[in-house]
Amino acid sequence: MDHAAFTPWASLAGGALIGLSATLLLALNGRVAGISGIYGGALSAGSRSRSWRWAFVGGLFAGGALALLAAPQLFVLETDRAPWVIATAGVLVGLGTRLGNGCTSGHGVCGVSRFSRRSIAATVTFLATGALTVWLSRLAWST
Amino acid sequence: MSRARPLISSFAAGTIFALGLALGGMTQPAKVLAFLDVTGGAWDPSLALVMGGAILVHAPLYQLLARRRTAPALSPRFELPGQAPLTLPLIAGAAIFGVGWGLGGFCPGPALASVPTLSTEALTFVAAMTFGMLLNDGVSRRVRAHGGSTGAHVAPSRSATAHTAPSSTHLREDES
Repeated sequence: MDHAAFTPWASLAGGALIGLSATLLLALNGRVAGISGIYGGALSAGSRSRSWRWAFVGGLFAGGALALLAAPQLFVLETDRAPWVIATAGVLVGLGTRLGNGCTSGHGVCGVSRFSRRSIAATVTFLATGALTVWLSRLAWST
Repeated sequence: MSRARPLISSFAAGTIFALGLALGGMTQPAKVLAFLDVTGGAWDPSLALVMGGAILVHAPLYQLLARRRTAPALSPRFELPGQAPLTLPLIAGAAIFGVGWGLGGFCPGPALASVPTLSTEALTFVAAMTFGMLLNDGVSRRVRAHGGSTGAHVAPSRSATAHTAPSSTHLREDES
């Protein structure tokens, strides 16, 4: 384990804020705080009620901007991965989250919190393939 | 004026969400990859605490909401998915998402929250993710139009959710 990189309190606090946000969205708007569903639904021509989705996405941008102003060190986005790898990753995430009806927030936080069998299965699956992918890419990149 | 309130609450929720993502370390793909790198020597469990912290807060409050409330405060009804059976698209989609996550270290939330940085990585990822989402939705619309089913839009059964969802829940076909 990397003790230097481990940020237990910040991560717990960040998680608590995410939990709070999900609770607010549910209690006030009656909606699940699943980002892939919110953003994907906002993009999808067929879905009803898109304005609350864009409002949420706007909030993501606003929160990101606030965090950037207050604590820019929280964003470390530079990577040694080639642009084509990032682009491929993006397409897979976009496709996979819509096909699977959720992501780390929709399934991992909200679904698991409801003890949804589908979400638990989805969460275990993407954690597993995520870990496998990292393991394989470390092998591939080092040979 | 009352039509603005759900938009304001949604915007506020999004803002808090992004702050949580940044504070939690999700806007650092290297940290995400270090969490997924379970066999590596430098394993970073921080992400488990992000997800864990979120569930610790949300799960009990969800139960409270389900028991005490028949409708959300600013909307006519809850829009929650039911206890539908596991389907191939669910598992396949989750598997594909995991691969993309392990390749880039980004998932949808942190990618969008990082857009204000105008970093090439964040913008590339969001553009590609947008394309991937539209691609899936376009294909699935075509599949359904031809009488097929992706299986992802299974109508949940009412009785199965009665004990977990608030009474006025509109049972949605998709998760989120």
